[in-house]
Amino acid sequence: MYTYSEFDAAFVAERNRQFRSQVARRVDGSLTEEEFKPLRLMNGLYLQLHAYMLRVAIPYGTLDSRKMRRLAMVADRWDKGYGHFTTRQNIQFNWPKLAEVPDILDSLGEVQMHAIQTSGNTIRNVTADHFAGAAADEVADPRPIAELIRQWSTDHPEFQALPRKFKVAVTGSPMDRAVTLAHDIGLRIVQRGQDIGYQVLVGGGLGRTPMIGKVLHDFLPEEDLLSYLEAVVSVWNSIGRRDNKFKSRIKITVHEHGIEDIRARVEARYALIRPAFTGIDQQVLGAIRADFAAPEFRQGPTDAYDAARAADPVFRAWADTNLSEHRVPGYAIVSISLKAHGETPGDATGAQMRVMADLAERYGHDELRISHEQNVILPHVHKSDLPAVHAALREARLATANIGLISDIIACPGMDYCALATARSIPIAQEIALRFDALKLEHEIGEMKIKISGCINACGHHHVGHIGILGLDRAGVESYQITIGGDGGPDAQLGDRTGPGFAAEDIVPAIEKIMLAYLDLRTDESETFLAAYRRVGMDPFKAALYGAAKAARPVKIKAKPHVPA
Amino acid sequence: MPREYTPKVITANALLEGDVVYLTDADTWTRHLAEAAILTDEADAVFRLLTAQSRTAEVVDVYLAEVSTDMGTPSPTHFREEFRRNGPSNYHHGKQAELS
Repeated sequence: MYTYSEFDAAFVAERNRQFRSQVARRVDGSLTEEEFKPLRLMNGLYLQLHAYMLRVAIPYGTLDSRKMRRLAMVADRWDKGYGHFTTRQNIQFNWPKLAEVPDILDSLGEVQMHAIQTSGNTIRNVTADHFAGAAADEVADPRPIAELIRQWSTDHPEFQALPRKFKVAVTGSPMDRAVTLAHDIGLRIVQRGQDIGYQVLVGGGLGRTPMIGKVLHDFLPEEDLLSYLEAVVSVWNSIGRRDNKFKSRIKITVHEHGIEDIRARVEARYALIRPAFTGIDQQVLGAIRADFAAPEFRQGPTDAYDAARAADPVFRAWADTNLSEHRVPGYAIVSISLKAHGETPGDATGAQMRVMADLAERYGHDELRISHEQNVILPHVHKSDLPAVHAALREARLATANIGLISDIIACPGMDYCALATARSIPIAQEIALRFDALKLEHEIGEMKIKISGCINACGHHHVGHIGILGLDRAGVESYQITIGGDGGPDAQLGDRTGPGFAAEDIVPAIEKIMLAYLDLRTDESETFLAAYRRVGMDPFKAALYGAAKAARPVKIKAKPHVPA
Repeated sequence: MPREYTPKVITANALLEGDVVYLTDADTWTRHLAEAAILTDEADAVFRLLTAQSRTAEVVDVYLAEVSTDMGTPSPTHFREEFRRNGPSNYHHGKQAELS
């Protein structure tokens, strides 16, 4: 794991000192809210419906037990005993008091964490594959380059007042688990023969105008990556639309100019700035890479695992859903579900955070990851330790065996917390999970990604959910629109709208109708919902939802994004 | 005939705590919607809104929220204001916990 240099530590401490002074001046009246708001946003502090909210960065979703314990301490001491892990691998605290935020930031600084650039029109927390460094299918660990990008983008003087926010995601695996096609820039580490390079995707994003990213460069050498990124952001910074907030993201710039024009501009800018990158970035990257050296994996028998599998059906069910293949024989990647049926997706109590920290320290080479799917990962666990890990997780109500199933739902905070939301998300997620648990259909249905957003900004990634749910305010009533067929994987696709929306009390029955229709029409158990939808199209699902007559009407396909004039 | 002015309350978030507050008849801030001043005259409402918005050392994001009144007690007409009055639905936190 990357450890702060003296420079990093001094920088964060200085920023915290400045913010403490800014808060004091706001409290004593010398700063107005208009003056203070951009300052607090630069430090991750929002004002939401019921309280302030502090968003703390977890760079590329990686942390160790010490950091996790500190998050637990912050939750217990300054918040209401829990934290909310987000789709951008960050954590949000929902109840801090303004005057206490500087103390929270100082405390986080002690364990090398901060909230810088978790908001505002800057380059945000760089996200990465949550199985980085562990996945069996990985070409290379994406975290070193993600850390280099973090260092480059943090307080980058040219990029502190961008047209809008800017999000970068990196994957080192062809099984894209970082949704790179739905980011302003997505980077994919790819291999050609013996050479490792970067595929650069640009202009993806969800929100009110969802777009799938386009290939800007197919195979960029590593030593050119940072200067190339700088050229991309620089071009957008100069031609991106500042006249209209809804058209300011780079996806609109790419859409309006066309990828060829953007590529030409980037190349021109790149030619100009490339000489300034004299190789220091590569030296820094080399040092970072050493920080991400693989742990010393141990060799040993896995009999205990096999025995537990054979003896304990609860353990076996958990192992079947929550483990993924590790690149080292004898090891497994453990996904800890933060989606216990009826609980809030992505929430963990302070006590649960400490349990996960203890397990990472004792059994997991002291590594933890936060996934964009709002779960926690122990990336390196020897299989012989899995029975003990499972037992401890069970004790802490963290052993729900539902990864990748219908109750493993992404949900944004929605109108229970968020000031931008138009409807609630969390109760819908809770009800769906409880309903399908009661029906005992979860395992029967199999792979299913439901993603719920409480407004058009799509923090819940609803466009790329196998089933997406978008909460809206329709004439003063919460109403929910369904899309189906979305996919956030390597060949990401946007879902198609089924038709008219549903009232809050009708949305869970509607999801049930879709699922029953799927179970009825699939060829066999091996045909996933997504595969079945690709085969049969919208009509059977429309008929299930609205009746046969309405199903005959054409479907509004959202695959081609509409950009308002 | 002039359009009828529907009743409003003035609401905001407290600067220090961040929680929801309402303006009372006495121009103080309360945590309870039931104690909020109900404004039925447009000119009065706009004037008091401007005055309240100038109290930047106390509150943030001041605005007029629509209410219905029953025997002089204001109730939210929109679900967003209902959540602001009560707190989140996933935990017994916020106003619902503090007021119970």
